Amino acid sequence: MIIANNVSKKFGKLKALNNVSVTCNKGECIALVGPNGSGKTTFIKSILGMVVPDSGFITFNGKNIVHDWLYRRHIGYMPQIGRYPDNMTIGQVFNMMKDIRSDGKNGQTDESLAEKFGLNELLHKRMRTLSGGTRQKVSASLAFLFDPDVLILDEPTAGLDPVASEILKEKITGEKSKGKLILITSHVLSELDDLITHIIYMQDGNLLFHKKIGDLQKDTGEQKLSRAIASVMLKK
Amino acid sequence: MKKIIKYVFADILRNKIVLGYTIFLLLISMSVFNLEDNSSKGLLSLLNIILIIVPLVSIIFSTIYIYNSAEFIELLVSQPLKRKHIWGSLFTGLAGSLSLSFLVGAGLPVMIYTPMDIGLVMTGMGLLLTVIFVAIAMFAAVITRDKAKGIGISIFLWLYFSLLFDGLVLFILFQFEDYPLEKFMVVASALNPIDLGRILILLKMDISALMGYTGAVFRDFFGTQSGFIIAIGILLSWIITTFWLSLRKFNRKDL
Repeated sequence: MIIANNVSKKFGKLKALNNVSVTCNKGECIALVGPNGSGKTTFIKSILGMVVPDSGFITFNGKNIVHDWLYRRHIGYMPQIGRYPDNMTIGQVFNMMKDIRSDGKNGQTDESLAEKFGLNELLHKRMRTLSGGTRQKVSASLAFLFDPDVLILDEPTAGLDPVASEILKEKITGEKSKGKLILITSHVLSELDDLITHIIYMQDGNLLFHKKIGDLQKDTGEQKLSRAIASVMLKK
Repeated sequence: MKKIIKYVFADILRNKIVLGYTIFLLLISMSVFNLEDNSSKGLLSLLNIILIIVPLVSIIFSTIYIYNSAEFIELLVSQPLKRKHIWGSLFTGLAGSLSLSFLVGAGLPVMIYTPMDIGLVMTGMGLLLTVIFVAIAMFAAVITRDKAKGIGISIFLWLYFSLLFDGLVLFILFQFEDYPLEKFMVVASALNPIDLGRILILLKMDISALMGYTGAVFRDFFGTQSGFIIAIGILLSWIITTFWLSLRKFNRKDL
């Protein structure tokens, strides 16, 4: 579904991505892990077209994304730090997004997450007055709002309280069972244990491996994901 | 694209600065016309004020607005929207609302107090300058990520177009006064939209006779129908080129 081919990106001298090639298919739930500054967010942003790669290309459903923009209607993106216009209220942000994407799939929206998070009582609140966690809730609700085929979640549970975090995980599991492609980056690996099917490990802009979760457990001899990753990190 | 323009417009109108700018222009133009006993003198005073204030407000407000909407732009870029449309909507929203301010604040009084043709040229120039400086501001805002630097570039560009450029031209004029520089002057004026606007307005007024020999050359060139159209063409190409440059930059920008 998403194919990245030798994608490289430099920020000044820093190599954020170095010849990264990945193939992601429908129905997979992929965890993107790696130390801070290993290029995970840059990679996600290049899939979204927010970062333009220096070389290499990315295709979405067989189409190069460089001159395409409509492919983004199939993606729900939850940024690591959700930044929204300060003087808009939550309700206005939701309405604006619905308005902008109204030509999407049969005009139906999935507001169950916003309901469960209790955002409906906060609709009149201005974005600048929100706490970090509430912002994350807004970001998450927006990502799931249009029932997209691909979900890209950058540190989804960071800043969420345990209850909200559990609601979100439930939602992700539900979407996974519908056969969607889900890309998650996270540092809290234990949370991902029962969710993911594949794992991509990145370090210093290089993609070190892309494996099925079962293979990784076999190779490292560890059952727990966090311990398997830790043993890989220590070996390097 | 219409949808984004709608949101940009709503956001700018919620900002009290545009309203303040309108009232400020209205106050200035009303007081100038009421203080002077003849409207031609009033127009001249107003011309000088407008040629300073309109570019300044347009460029500074637009630069700050673009930086302040960084979040908005980031949000939109991750949605199924063309970058061209996002940037175009921001441009349309800014240029539209500032033009509207100018039209109400300065255009209306000018139309009321002065003869029709001068009033029209003056308003037209004000609108063109507004749009040109919005485009310049967007270019300044897109080339650097640092807000302070971006605003600095904007202020410098304004200073250049309204003061430094004239100084430079004068300097060249005095250094090379033994040579015929009339043609050079005509070309040089095309390089500065403010000067070009000033010349076009002055030529419509009687006082252009006071501008001496160079004035006669300008009269010869810009005073004719075709010269006027060429000058408008140059101003429009200022808008198109600057906006195109900024759009090219924005299309490749990492967010």
